[in-house]
Formats: sequence, structure tokens, C-alpha cells
Amino acid sequence: MEWLRDRLGLEALAHVAAKKEVPIHRYTIFYYLGGMALFLFLVQVATGILLLLYYRPSASEAFESVQYMMAEVPFGWLIRSIHSWGANLFVGVVMLHMVSVFFLKAYRAPREMTWITGALLLFLALGFGFSGYLLPWNELSFFATRVGTDVPAQIPVVGPLLSRILRGGSDVTGATLSRFYGIHVAILPAVATLLLGAHVLLVQKHGMSVPPSEENRTSRGALRFFPDFLMRDMVGWLVAVGLLAALAAFLPWELGKKADPFASAPSGIRPEWYFLWMFQALKYLPAKVAGLPGEMLGVFFFGLLGAAILALPLLDRGAARNRSSPWWNRLALLTLAAALALTVLALLPAGGSAR
Amino acid sequence: MASNANTPGSGVLTRRSWASWLLGTSLGATVLAFLYPVLNYLVPPESSEPSLSEFELDLKVSDIPPNSGRIVPIGGKPVLLFRKPSGELAALTAVCTHLDCTVQFRADRSDIWCACHNGVYDLNGTNVSGPPPRPLTKLDVNVRGDRVVIRRA
Repeated sequence: MEWLRDRLGLEALAHVAAKKEVPIHRYTIFYYLGGMALFLFLVQVATGILLLLYYRPSASEAFESVQYMMAEVPFGWLIRSIHSWGANLFVGVVMLHMVSVFFLKAYRAPREMTWITGALLLFLALGFGFSGYLLPWNELSFFATRVGTDVPAQIPVVGPLLSRILRGGSDVTGATLSRFYGIHVAILPAVATLLLGAHVLLVQKHGMSVPPSEENRTSRGALRFFPDFLMRDMVGWLVAVGLLAALAAFLPWELGKKADPFASAPSGIRPEWYFLWMFQALKYLPAKVAGLPGEMLGVFFFGLLGAAILALPLLDRGAARNRSSPWWNRLALLTLAAALALTVLALLPAGGSAR
Repeated sequence: MASNANTPGSGVLTRRSWASWLLGTSLGATVLAFLYPVLNYLVPPESSEPSLSEFELDLKVSDIPPNSGRIVPIGGKPVLLFRKPSGELAALTAVCTHLDCTVQFRADRSDIWCACHNGVYDLNGTNVSGPPPRPLTKLDVNVRGDRVVIRRA
């Protein structure tokens, strides 16, 4: 042990672990969301690697290989269902994490880069969700990908080329499946690992942010990260594993019908819940708005929203000067309410058809 | 002297700045030389469009009753072949002009509907409601003997 310690510099690590503290105040509970997101990410990595052992990324075999996994492979249904449910839980927790960090103003200086790497990780999570959705090659994912890869085509000048690069051709075919597979299992994980490393390192460097309302309180306690906070973290992770196993066992993820490029889009088609607001907005956008194509306007708006989220710590001057930023709070609440309203509208039975 | 030559911002071409410029440009050129093939690699080659302009389908006229439709593959693209309630055969490209989903014939309303974002076209392919910005493209339908023949208009 001593031999290893001398060679690996474990003392420095132990020193950091002993010093790391988590402040105790009214909002301490929100500190658990980041660790939860990290844990769910690791669940996705582990189950994803296991899925690779049976999955075959081609238009003629993808659906069949997932079907085989669900029906024949011992506990294949469990691994695949946990991966699908876990993806949804992961995106949900990442969103909650971001919303809580926003309202607790944890992106104030010097933590701007922590927010920016976090926002990029949220976009990556959505990219993971979108690219992974196509891999079982079923009817719903086929059309979701047709739409999702046609949306960037609306960007002026570079759009059509971008769409071609994403699709690996002019249509969604087996070539698209190959690309999405590569993106999902190699490109995104590599980028995510780097960003996640930077994000977690920055959290260690700056320590936990204390919200402005709690900052001036004198009698603030602290929890040692190791082992006190970590133990509490692990209780949460255990609950998450239990929840995932229960969801996988009682509501195994459906596979649906195999994609048929020469079938009509089925009625009631809709994307995963985290894309519903976009999907519903695209339904409402008319063909022309003030002479501009409606979809182009939608894409412009989605892009603007993404850019605003990314650059928030630089835009929010109030928080930057450690003052409150009521207008940003109102804008965020309004955006959240609009997204929620669109999501609910998309879930209503009338949302799927004109009937 | 040497100390003068190294003063930054002197605006004089020195041996040092010349060497830096050479190094910088060759580094840039090397990066470009790596990027050029990689970026081109990402763009898939154009697939050769089938030059056929006429497709004889393995379908009889009687396979499509009045007020019904079906998707047929024409040159790798989905085409909606349908019969109007009046009995007339017609064909339209089946790719929704909004965001690329495949449309369907709706018998109960005798119209063409895209399930993805609720776009509606009439039986001439004209976009009547919802987000589609353009009409569907018409194709010629003929009957040769017993077979349906679709031709690009």
C-alpha cells in the first residue's frame, strides 16, 4: 500500500478528499443532482458497452438484433430497458440540475466555465438521445430521424450540406444508421468524457457555490464530502438503480415495428418527451411568417435559445456583479412555462391528429 | 544589435520574426493538409440517380379501389399512388414538403395527411393547412394493359 502510495501520489488525492466540503443550507439538497447525473451517465456507459456485444448496426440487421436481445439473450431485456429508461432519467436529471444551478445563481464568477461546459454536456445528452433513438431502426425512430435531420437543412447556406453529412446521403438509409452508430458510441462518448472531466475538475477547483441568499449567513455549517456527503450520494444512487430496475421489469422498453422507408408516417407519431416542445412548436409554425419560411424561423429560434443558454453567465450582468437578476429569472420562468405548455399540448390526444 | 532586433513591435523584419512566420505558416499548412481530406471524407458522394423516367409497377388497377391509396417505391423515393372517389388514378410524391415525413391517403376525409406535424394536402397535392410550405409534385399515371405505369412529369 505504501509502495503504491509513493508511486501514485495518493497522498495528494487523500489530502484533497479530506479537505473537500459541502456547505449546509436550505438548498443543500440540490447539490445531489450533479452527482446523480454523473452516476446515471456511468450507468449508460456500462449498459451501452453491454449492448454493443449483440447489436448489429445495419438496416437489415439492427432491428432483428435488438429483437433477439429482447427475446432470447438472458437478461437482454433488462440491459436494453435500463439503457432506454436510464437515458430518459439522465436527460431529466441533467435538466433539473441546470434549472437548479440557474436559480441558485451558481454560474456567478468564477464559475462561468463550469456552466458553459455543463450547457455543452446538456446538448451532448440531447445528441446522445437523438442518435441512440435511431439505432433500433424502428418506424418511430426512422421518421424522427427524417424530421430531425431535415431541421438543420433549413439553416441558410450550410444547412443542406449539414443535413447530407448527418444522413450520410440525401435520404435516411442504412448509411445514416452507420453514422449515428459511430456518433453514438465513439464520437459523443469521446467528447463527453473530455467535457465531463473538465466540468468535474472545475467543480473541485472552485468548490461548491453558495447561493447569494445564503452567502451572508454567518452560522453556516459544512458537510465533509468524504465520507459524509458521498454516503448520502450513494443512497440516492441506490434508489436510482432500484427505480431503473423496476421500470425495466414492469415497463420494458418497446421495440415497435421495423422501419419501412416505403410506409407512411403512422398517426400519433411523436418524439421522446424532451423534444416534444420543439415538435409541437414546429406544428404551429405556419409555412410563411412575414415572408420567411416558418421552419427556418423555428430553427433560428432554437439556435438562439441554445446560444442564450450557453452564454448565460456572460449575458447575466446582474449575477456577474453578484446582484440579483430578476429579469433573467422572469425570462427563464417564461421559457420553462412555454416549454412545459407545448409539451402538455403535444401529449394531449388531439395533438397527434387533426381529428 | 541582437538586443535591438528582438524588440517587439519594432516593425522591422528580423531574423526571429521571419523564422516565426515560416514556422507559423508551415504549421497552419500542415493542419490544413490534415483537415482537407477529413472534411471531404465526411461528405458522402452523390448517389447516381436512376436515369429511368418510367416505372411499370407490379400492380393491377383493381388493386387500388376508389378512395384509397398506397405508397409505392419509385426510383428509391416513396410515391403515393391513389384513386380519387371519382375513380381517377393519380400519383404524387409522398415526401411531405415540411420536414420530410411520408404522407398518407386519408379515406375518411378524402385528403392527403402527414402524421408528423399535421400537414394536410388536397387530392391535387396542394397544401391546404398546417405547416407544409409547398405542394406535392405530380407524377403521370397511365395504364398499360392491366399494369399501372408511373412517369415523371
